[in-house]
Amino acid sequence: MNLTTKDYEEMNKKASPNTKSYMTIPCAFIIGGIICTIGQALVNLYMYCGMQQEQASTVASVSLVFLSALLTGLKIYDNIAKVGGAGTLVPITGFANAVVAPALEFKSEGLILGLGAKMFIIAGPVIVYGVTASAIYGVILCLFNLV
Amino acid sequence: MSLKISQSTVILPSCPGIIAYASVGGKKEGEGPLARYFDLLNDDTSFGEKSWEKAESQLQKDCSSKVLEKAGLSPGDIDIMFAGDLLNQCIGSAYGSREMDIPFIGLYGACSTMAESLALASVFVDNAVANRALALTSSHFCSAERQFRFPLEYGGQRTPTAQWTATASGSVIVGQSDKAPFVRAVCFGKIKDMGVKDVNNMGAAMAPAACDTIMAYLTDTNTTPDDYDMIYTGDLGEVGSSLLIELLQRENIDISKKHNDCGLMLYDREQQDVHAGGSGCGCSASVLCSYILRRIEDGTMKNVLFLATGAMMSPTSLQQGESIPGIAHLVHISNTKG
Repeated sequence: MNLTTKDYEEMNKKASPNTKSYMTIPCAFIIGGIICTIGQALVNLYMYCGMQQEQASTVASVSLVFLSALLTGLKIYDNIAKVGGAGTLVPITGFANAVVAPALEFKSEGLILGLGAKMFIIAGPVIVYGVTASAIYGVILCLFNLV
Repeated sequence: MSLKISQSTVILPSCPGIIAYASVGGKKEGEGPLARYFDLLNDDTSFGEKSWEKAESQLQKDCSSKVLEKAGLSPGDIDIMFAGDLLNQCIGSAYGSREMDIPFIGLYGACSTMAESLALASVFVDNAVANRALALTSSHFCSAERQFRFPLEYGGQRTPTAQWTATASGSVIVGQSDKAPFVRAVCFGKIKDMGVKDVNNMGAAMAPAACDTIMAYLTDTNTTPDDYDMIYTGDLGEVGSSLLIELLQRENIDISKKHNDCGLMLYDREQQDVHAGGSGCGCSASVLCSYILRRIEDGTMKNVLFLATGAMMSPTSLQQGESIPGIAHLVHISNTKG
């Protein structure tokens, strides 16, 4: 074969279909929007029941995490995500799914080396860099406040 | 005795026969267009086991038992077995063959394992190193996903070029026989790497290897695609298949009318949400051992090139930024000996 890797890369690009963004982006918008609307509805519900705004928001987040974990366990969440894409990934429900899915998957290797060790295999980096970023942000904020 | 005619191609003058073949599939394969050709279909993806790895071993066990049953043989009649799968350290095959009591050679050829094992079994029989040899491979969607990609319940999206690992197994028993199908020649492929790094586009990574092996075989045997009824690759999927045809066209070889891909045959791609097609050792193995061999046996096809392709990467190599090396082994299967 008289072909450079660069030529082949071009051929491959032409042969490979792209993601149908005109479908996936609206789907993500709608499903992500629905999840956020459910979140807002929960906040309103909890406030109606007498909670303060801040407390209601926290409890609503906890509720969404629970619902996502439950739907993951019932093998429903991944089917929603197949359509929703980033719409199910970005809200807090995506994070819950990313923890529960490996926990379920790797329990066959035992509670410690399986479930315990691999539970954060997807969410771990998000936590590591999320915490690091917030610490850096905190330092910057602190410096600005000093000035 | 086998006749080596080039670096890669070995002619098998005795034309070892495929005494029996068997295929086992899972639920999704049972919903596909080839369902009626399978020997066994199991709706239970876990195959009654507690882990996906055990399920895959059970799948292999079902397949090897079925092929022995079809041949009317017992494990003691088999001199050697070649088996492989996609799992680390080939545990699907090792555990699946624990009770077989047959001399065992474990193979790793990624999705090319069916052609690799069949080629080796045929060479062994042709040289009378074995009277009967068993070639066996499998893949399981769930065990492959958790090893190579994400947990099953993780809510991720697959790209349009991604392929679906088949939950299937195929096995053949090779031995001297007067009954078709016969293995006329084999061509062992070379590793080819054209720098593809996208694990969700393995067809593109494997197409250059398939092109290289087809060219080598046609040149060595002085034949053209017109000399064959069909050239079956497995499992390039949609992207890899179109790249293979294009690559060969650049070399003035036109296989477009003679080519099909096992990854495109096993599933209904529109209805079954498999994106670019099927993949996994079990995909080409089960298509070979269900549809292709049956069509050769009944004479619908006389000469077929079966070419299983493999993407020889691991999650570790990909994370280290390596590209995906491809491989393709070819087996020339015929309805006649001469």
